[in-house]
Amino acid sequence: MRVLRSSAVAVVAAATALTAVSGCAEKSDTKGADTVRVKATDDKCEVSTTSFPAGHVKIAVENKGSKVTEVYVYAPGDRIVTERENIGPGTKAEITATIKAGAYEIACKPGMKGDGIRQKITVKGEGAAPKSDPELDKAVAEYRKYVQAQADETIPAAEKFAEAVKKGDLDEAKKLYAPSRVGWERTEPVAESFGDIDPKVDVREDGLEKDQKWTGWHKLEKSLWDEKKIDEDDKKLADQLMTDLKDWQKRVGTAEITPTSMANGAKELLDEVATGKVTGEEERYSHTDLVDFQANVEGAEKSYELLKPVASKNDAALAKELDKQFAELRKLLGDYREGDGFKAYDSVGKDDRKKLSDAVNALAEPLSKLAGAVVK
Amino acid sequence: MTDPTTDPTDPTDPAADASTAETGRGEAAPAPAGPSRRSLLGWGGAGLALGATAAGGTAAALRTGGDARPAALSGDAVPFHGTHQAGIATAVQDRLHFAAFDVTTTDRDALVKVLREWTAAAARMTAGHEVGEGATGGLDELPPDDTGEALGLKPSRLTLTFGVGPGLFEKDGKDRFGLRDRRPKALVDLPAFPGDNLDAARSGGDLCVQACADDPQVAVHAIRNLARIGMGKVAIRWSQLGFGKTSSTTPDAQTPRNMMGFKDGTRNVSGTDTAALDKHVWVGEKDGPAWMTGGSYVVARRIRMHIETWDRTSLKEQEDIFGRDKAEGAPVGRTRERDEPSLKAMLPDAHVRLAHPDSNNGATILRRGYSFTDGTDGLGRLDAGLFFLAYQRDVRDAFIPLQSRLARTDALNEYIQHVGSAVFAVPPGVRDGDDWWGKALFA
Repeated sequence: MRVLRSSAVAVVAAATALTAVSGCAEKSDTKGADTVRVKATDDKCEVSTTSFPAGHVKIAVENKGSKVTEVYVYAPGDRIVTERENIGPGTKAEITATIKAGAYEIACKPGMKGDGIRQKITVKGEGAAPKSDPELDKAVAEYRKYVQAQADETIPAAEKFAEAVKKGDLDEAKKLYAPSRVGWERTEPVAESFGDIDPKVDVREDGLEKDQKWTGWHKLEKSLWDEKKIDEDDKKLADQLMTDLKDWQKRVGTAEITPTSMANGAKELLDEVATGKVTGEEERYSHTDLVDFQANVEGAEKSYELLKPVASKNDAALAKELDKQFAELRKLLGDYREGDGFKAYDSVGKDDRKKLSDAVNALAEPLSKLAGAVVK
Repeated sequence: MTDPTTDPTDPTDPAADASTAETGRGEAAPAPAGPSRRSLLGWGGAGLALGATAAGGTAAALRTGGDARPAALSGDAVPFHGTHQAGIATAVQDRLHFAAFDVTTTDRDALVKVLREWTAAAARMTAGHEVGEGATGGLDELPPDDTGEALGLKPSRLTLTFGVGPGLFEKDGKDRFGLRDRRPKALVDLPAFPGDNLDAARSGGDLCVQACADDPQVAVHAIRNLARIGMGKVAIRWSQLGFGKTSSTTPDAQTPRNMMGFKDGTRNVSGTDTAALDKHVWVGEKDGPAWMTGGSYVVARRIRMHIETWDRTSLKEQEDIFGRDKAEGAPVGRTRERDEPSLKAMLPDAHVRLAHPDSNNGATILRRGYSFTDGTDGLGRLDAGLFFLAYQRDVRDAFIPLQSRLARTDALNEYIQHVGSAVFAVPPGVRDGDDWWGKALFA
């Protein structure tokens, strides 16, 4: 069954490639970008052309409204291709970007708020992306909102933690440590996709490269729990953590997110649990592993819930199994709740860890099939 | 796993030759009198293979009887379907991966689904095929059905033998799957024996699968893939790797040595002796319950050996403890390994004397154990011993009385400790493609 299906996919892909090539040949004489003019007002976003060739694109924005505005170019699923903020009333701005062929939206956001006023545009030429499924685009867009919200919510939580560290308040810092990580843990695969942020904020001592300075949460974790003191360097690290997290918050909207990467991200979150949390390696000093565990599962479940409308159409049995296993794992984790958080993981015995591990396997195994159910 | 271009029965095939040479080392290394007539028969007299004519391998090809499994070469496939499950009377392979599972689901239908999927996967793997849709191909976005480490390897006489433990029928007083009334009377919880130091994490289990193969990677691949199929419904409770079979069911073959350096299992039930198998190993029609007819009961014991203290023991004491000499394996006072032992000539607490059927009202078990070494134990001592596997018609007449006696008086006890234990009812063979592991039990 699958073999047939994949060869069918291959044929379609080959056909698309051919079309793309011939398309390119026709358009070769029109290469070189015209300027796309955008007139932004308080209630309109007028675009001079809704169809232009791929390549370097110049977008000239004029803010004719009374509010400060921003202009975004979104790929399907609201991936930010390029954007310009803070375009004041009566001012102009020029944005240049390399844009591949495909369907996009230009959004003006008067007052720099909300989803913006949108115009659909088509970029023609080489390497046209296959026609996307609006249902999946919606899932990606929703997930993108979720990821951004997690970053946005992390900042104040981390701010509180950083303040406590800077005040030298050991007990308060310990209390605020795990909650400051929840948003990050829920969306870690997206954050990791940037490559440079994760090693600054979430690296463990054993993960350090040669000559890499240890920064981020886990260095502070070690100071708080293992060394039981906060020194001047830690206070600087708290500031550094905030700088790095704000960088994440700012860039997270530009992450490449596809339905497949969402599904794989969900599976990766469970992998994180299986290799780092169930073993107690992630939070080896604070033993707050179960807080991360819960956040990883929540993040995975969010991806799944958004993909479920499509996945359940393609593979109803898989969706049923995933519903069941998410529920079981949630229930099992519930047994370890204590106050606002969870039991310290060093108080969770071998038998209980085995149960948690089995439940993670039970969920992760069907979850590894989600990507397949989404692309079918 | 199977490569259509190489025929494992073709003696001119260098690959086949290599694999039989391995069997040769394992089962008949110093062939006492050159190739036997039997081995020549198995080869059609192929001269090329003479160096590798393992009596064990070729003898297996000639075995007859209810459980005849003509597996001439270590690379071959052993038939999966039959009256009895393979892996009991089958000529003992070189390697073991034994796994015990807890059933984690409470849903009977979900469990039945796993057993059906397991059976289908087992039929494929024992024939040398990949599980499901294979290890490669399929959608790029999906993990492959098969884990792939057995690609290109031969079937390696892989057998997968399935059993059910007491916990399947009843756990913590609960009739979990409506099977309580179907529990065989012979599937008793083993009593505590003197000297037991059982680790709960290495004992028990609701289900078991014994994977035996001549290639360790093939055995491990089988358990790994079954565990993966079962995830969410069943979970591995413990598993044990074994090497260097410690018993042979092929009497023509060289008797293997255990980790203490002694030949072990000289007087075992032969896989070709249908009368003995029917008497001591297979559950008879009158034994009941009906779903067990043609099945057996297996006891698994992880027996840790105090290797270092044993090694410091004088040869005389070692030989006295076993009741056989170390070089030949001959019983005390005799000259050849297979000479009839004179039990009275042995010390009263000698292992062979105490374990002999004549000392136990004829109680006989089919031993199919393997040596194990799980590295060292943190104190620099070898974590090694015997993973004892015994098949029998009824544990109440066989392993239990035997072990009760050995645990009390065996001189060997000073050098061994039982650290893991489990018992399983092993249903009869899977008849055909419509049958599955446990079908008659769940019917």
